[in-house]
Amino acid sequence: MAIQLNINGKEQSVDVPPNMPLLWVLRDTLGMTGTKFGCGMALCGACTVHIDGEATRSCITPVSSVVGKRILTIEGLSPDRSHPVQRAWIEVDVPQCGYCQSGQIMSASSLLAKNAKPSDAEIDEAMRGNICRCGTYQRIREAVHRAAALQQKASAKLARLGESTGEEDATEAQPVHAGGAA
Amino acid sequence: MSAGAMSQIGRRGFLKTGAAGAAGLVIGFYLPGRAEASRAPADMNAGAKLNAWMLISPNDAVTIMIDKSEMGQGILTALCMIAAEELDCDWKTIRTEFAPAATEYFNPAFGMQGTGGSSSVRSSWDPMRKAGAAARDMLLQAAAAQWNVDKSACRTENGTIYHDPSKRKLSYGAVAAAASKLLVPQDVPLKDPSTYRIIGKPTKRLDTPDKVNGRAQFGIDARQPGMLYAVVARCPVFGGKVASFDAAKAKAVPGVKSVVQISSGVAVVADNTWSAMQGRRALEIKWDEGANAGANSENISKLFAEQMAKTGAEARKEGDAAAALSAAAQKVEAIYEAPYLAHATMEPINCTADVRADRVDVWAPTQFQTMAQGAAAKICGLKPENAFIHTTYLGGGFGRKAGTDFIIEAVETSKAVGQPVKLTWSREDDTQHDFYRPASYAKLSAGIGADGWPVALTSRIACPSIMEAWFPGSTKNNLDPSSVEGLATLPYSIPNIYVDYVRTEPGIPVGFWRSVGASQNGFFSECFIDELAAAGKKDPYEFRRRLLDKAPRQLGVLQLAAQKAGWDKPLPAGRYRGIAVLEAFQSFGAQVVEISLDRKARTVKVHRVVCAVDVGRVVNPANIVMQSESAVVYGLSSALYGEITIANGRVVQANFNNYPVLRMDAMPTIEVYIVPSEEKPTGAGELSVPPLVPALCNAIYTATGRRIRRLPIRPEDLA
Repeated sequence: MAIQLNINGKEQSVDVPPNMPLLWVLRDTLGMTGTKFGCGMALCGACTVHIDGEATRSCITPVSSVVGKRILTIEGLSPDRSHPVQRAWIEVDVPQCGYCQSGQIMSASSLLAKNAKPSDAEIDEAMRGNICRCGTYQRIREAVHRAAALQQKASAKLARLGESTGEEDATEAQPVHAGGAA
Repeated sequence: MSAGAMSQIGRRGFLKTGAAGAAGLVIGFYLPGRAEASRAPADMNAGAKLNAWMLISPNDAVTIMIDKSEMGQGILTALCMIAAEELDCDWKTIRTEFAPAATEYFNPAFGMQGTGGSSSVRSSWDPMRKAGAAARDMLLQAAAAQWNVDKSACRTENGTIYHDPSKRKLSYGAVAAAASKLLVPQDVPLKDPSTYRIIGKPTKRLDTPDKVNGRAQFGIDARQPGMLYAVVARCPVFGGKVASFDAAKAKAVPGVKSVVQISSGVAVVADNTWSAMQGRRALEIKWDEGANAGANSENISKLFAEQMAKTGAEARKEGDAAAALSAAAQKVEAIYEAPYLAHATMEPINCTADVRADRVDVWAPTQFQTMAQGAAAKICGLKPENAFIHTTYLGGGFGRKAGTDFIIEAVETSKAVGQPVKLTWSREDDTQHDFYRPASYAKLSAGIGADGWPVALTSRIACPSIMEAWFPGSTKNNLDPSSVEGLATLPYSIPNIYVDYVRTEPGIPVGFWRSVGASQNGFFSECFIDELAAAGKKDPYEFRRRLLDKAPRQLGVLQLAAQKAGWDKPLPAGRYRGIAVLEAFQSFGAQVVEISLDRKARTVKVHRVVCAVDVGRVVNPANIVMQSESAVVYGLSSALYGEITIANGRVVQANFNNYPVLRMDAMPTIEVYIVPSEEKPTGAGELSVPPLVPALCNAIYTATGRRIRRLPIRPEDLA
């Protein structure tokens, strides 16, 4: 049966069983492969997306339960890697294999939306559900602090909108590797 | 892959073990005499090809073909740095592509195309520099010819060729097509390292932008038109087979398209992964569990213990250890044991295959392209050159993705259903059907003289052979060097040393696990050395320092780690520390680990790890830091939690709930220090796994007075 979903601000219709986890709807049905499969039991956080702003494990979330809600995936976080968390991740050069990083970034961005200046302990608490086997935790911690600073700068800038700061906010980092999802 | 073991097999070994997949391929490494003589990969149209690794397009983009698997270890960036240094191109113009499976990309350390054994920088260092220098020379020649001037009057800088006398310049892109038609010059002089502008500079990873927005394509992200999705039901007992199965209920699951038997079990094919998983749950299979049905961890441990009475294959003999041992003033003896370990890569095992009449295409996160190619071709009755291996990013590898088991499953399934198939393993599949780090058991004995210094050390190791499992017939005299590395390579000045190995095969599949033999033998040797220091009433650092008088590089990292950790300064109350030093894959590492204990809760908190490494000349210092941190975390996970146990022939653990790994809240502060060196570059991906475990156990000993001789660390060890 057709199910209506709002993904990254776009209305989509999918014909899938209502109990199918959102993860597989995203990955297999819609081809949005940025959200990763890691454990299938909400133990590793690789599949994290936002549901109405809350970091949620899509691998155990039946698609029927998110009808009428706002689903945000890594692909929708920003069109150009300009979200403060993405910018911080690039600045700090967080990823290694990169597989868990979509989930890490979605957890971190959900944290920062609620807590503009988290402490180390608050970062640990919010991020302990996201496993990284490459062990990038030290840089993740650093990058969350950096993202908090960037976010603060961006909102300060927004507050004095209209004044020219002369600062360049857009990231310069561009992909160099052939292929990749559109 | 064990570097020592691989060099022992050499070319002959791989020819002989062609069953592993390399049969029919030319073995060896070469720079083709003419650039265009080498086989162009199917997807290579990015410009003029100057050699197997470098293409330059008219718009000056330089494409580097990455012939190693990027699994997080940063090799994509390192290879580009080495190439760009000699090519003298503009770093901003670099693009990358993963190389296809082809003979020109054979890893000279292996005699086939593959990534492992911390060999990538070590093996690419010369070929990549030579290729870059030759390509630069060809560009110079082409520009000089166009200007009709002598090549020696021209120079390059950052992707541009200059003829200063006439103030003319040409970009690389403008002459690349002409340059690609020239003969590849041999023996072009390489740069003096003192002039390096890229190598040795901390450089950001080139793959980061694709890894912050979901764009990076891992194997599991492969999509092909008309593709179906598969999971496989495998016998839970190793070596077991399908006796019979009834597919009716599985086929009744919505979305399931077909159910087919393949060599490893029964594949359920559906129009999405979740339906395939539901179908597998409904599938009814009777297994013939085979000879391993009664295997369990207790019996395996007993089997190892029984081997201690045997004489094994001699791995090292210096002096007369038996005589020195019996004459010694004091004798120390200990039994150490390490468990099987799973790799637990974040990206579960997967492979996408499309079998056609005349070709097979495979998209996979593989570490061993040549073996993947051989395996795919064999199933399809094709020549290896008609098996096209498209290597993707690997969401972690750690040795697990060297296997061909998942390649075989995907190719067999695609062949059976006549459509492209993406095979995905669940986390449970991965945990229960891995090629595990071998369980291992060792008896160590030492004699200590009246002055407190050791006079003899013997070690007997019982464990399965990885090399015989993967490359049958490849070891000599029943001695697998990877089974003894870390112990047979003990660097201390002890006059009488004897190490032997009793190959023991409990029937559990084994494989290369990040740092291989050193992962368990480093635990044994560096904890036992600590025992000897205590028995001789010496400080564990001073003890090692004095005994490393003939091992300058081990001594260098040991001193650096101790100095940075402040070994000579007392710790705050409640803090304890331990130290360890090891060689792995021709690199050297030492660590000091600082801990505290919660004796009531029986838990350990690791506060700080000071990590010193000597990897020869450093290509990318930023990456050495990352790899060292990463290896410390990997080692810490194994020491604190890592254990695969067997009951009724089955793996007990299944997912991250009962095979836990380190999480953010247990992350220590890690400091990494690099020994400056002009030695040949060696690898850093595995080096810092082995020292962590003994340094941690030695720290716990200082807190509790009790030795940890069996992993993982248990609550009773922490009271």
